[in-house]
Amino acid sequence: MELLIFYPIAGLSIALALGVIFNTSPVGSAMCLIGMMLGLSGIFVLLQAHFVAILQIIIYAGAIMVLFMFVIMLLNLKEAAAADWVTRDKNLFISIMSGVLAIGILYKIVDVIFMAELNSPATLPDSFGTVATIGEALFTDFVLPFEVASLLLLAAMIGAVVLAKPKLD
Amino acid sequence: MWVDLAITFVKILFVLAITVGFFAPVLTWVERKQSAIMQDRIGANRADILGFTVLGLFHIIADALKMFTKEDFIPQGANKILHTIAPIIAVVPALLTFAVVPFGGQYTLFGKEVNLVISDLDVGLLFVFAIASLATYGYVIAGWSSNNNWSLLGSMRTASQMISYEVTMGLTIVGVLMVYGSMKLTTIGAIQEDFFRWGLFLQPLGFVMFLAASIAENKRIPFDNPEAESEIVAGYFTEYSGLKFGMFFMAEFIEMVTIGAIMTILFFGAWHIPFLPTATLLGWFDFFGTTGSNLIVMFIQVGVFFTKIIFFIWLQMTIRWTLPRFRYDQIMKLGWKILLPLSLANILITGIVILVLN
Repeated sequence: MELLIFYPIAGLSIALALGVIFNTSPVGSAMCLIGMMLGLSGIFVLLQAHFVAILQIIIYAGAIMVLFMFVIMLLNLKEAAAADWVTRDKNLFISIMSGVLAIGILYKIVDVIFMAELNSPATLPDSFGTVATIGEALFTDFVLPFEVASLLLLAAMIGAVVLAKPKLD
Repeated sequence: MWVDLAITFVKILFVLAITVGFFAPVLTWVERKQSAIMQDRIGANRADILGFTVLGLFHIIADALKMFTKEDFIPQGANKILHTIAPIIAVVPALLTFAVVPFGGQYTLFGKEVNLVISDLDVGLLFVFAIASLATYGYVIAGWSSNNNWSLLGSMRTASQMISYEVTMGLTIVGVLMVYGSMKLTTIGAIQEDFFRWGLFLQPLGFVMFLAASIAENKRIPFDNPEAESEIVAGYFTEYSGLKFGMFFMAEFIEMVTIGAIMTILFFGAWHIPFLPTATLLGWFDFFGTTGSNLIVMFIQVGVFFTKIIFFIWLQMTIRWTLPRFRYDQIMKLGWKILLPLSLANILITGIVILVLN
């Protein structure tokens, strides 16, 4: 039963993820990305993590992607401009660096997946994935990473404001 | 298993029937009639069948016929796919919210516990907020795909306005969550059986801000900058006609019902009558047996819930026909410089009060 829901969602997510890369129009890419995020949140629901699934929708699909769309429309990127961007000169150094980074991240993901398969408990407690348990974990065991992440976000926010603010003098 | 599925199916049918089948068409007539009364006009009374006008109710049929038979027009240079799916993306979130809205309490019918909510999610309150944030796309894509500058301006205004007021909406929800200690909408509704624990009294500031933010999210006057007829023709739906325009129209009216429902659950005592707990009501009709008394109480409480929704729809319509449209910069100023700090202060005060009372 679970697999019957999982495979369509997973397949659709992968198809939409490919759509993000191969779409020539920026708005089309953004739409595919939104669809893929909804698919991801569906997979989180299958994993009994309702809270994370909803956060996925609120933060990524609901807030960040709306801003993306807003910027795309503000710059009014048309398909011609996007095609220019594809054929533009490429920086070899940056290409290699990002390739290495991507391989590193992929390796880590595969690593984590294999570890998780061995460690996962047979049955989940009832409270798994509820707001209360996640909140408790965030504010007790993981309070330091949590605070550091919020500081990092605050710094990024202030940086953006400073950069965007017109010079007064 | 099959009984549960059947019950869920009946609940979904009921919700669809009452929103799409009843509220959306009737509200088009109510809006005309109320604006007519408020502006001292006679109002919609021209459509007649064999001389009968029935207070202009036939205008609903005339409207539907007109929308079905109008030419479906896609402008030159428009993105055909996005232009076609945009109205669907706009309508779906408006309907989806009802999946977690309880329209009654829990009743024992024929030896079975029936919970009058389609899906009793642990994160129901957040689900409402998530769906509200997804609603933006339909309008944004509609304007962008039309290949029209008025439409694009309209959808840019939509995007900025909806992002701004989502912040306030989310922070107001935090206040409600702190007071009730649960994100389950059924639990929040059940707590408000006690009249003095209605959200209206526990979160008075939150109530006002949530109302303002949700009207802004629905883009109705005084926040109707995205369609401002006197400035940008009709904003994001300038290039829409026929049934596709009808879907935007319907989304607005269904959202009014949704706002009414959420306001009722969070702030207005859900399905409860003040000073009349469910147990007392059940006691009154005890002589009908368990199922009989439960059925009667169920009908009463569902009726109360929809009466409260109708009150909120009336409130939204009165606001719409009383106030003029805000200017774009005024909307931004209200959202970021007044409502946002106020909602943060609301959370702080709520936290302090809870700390002191405990």
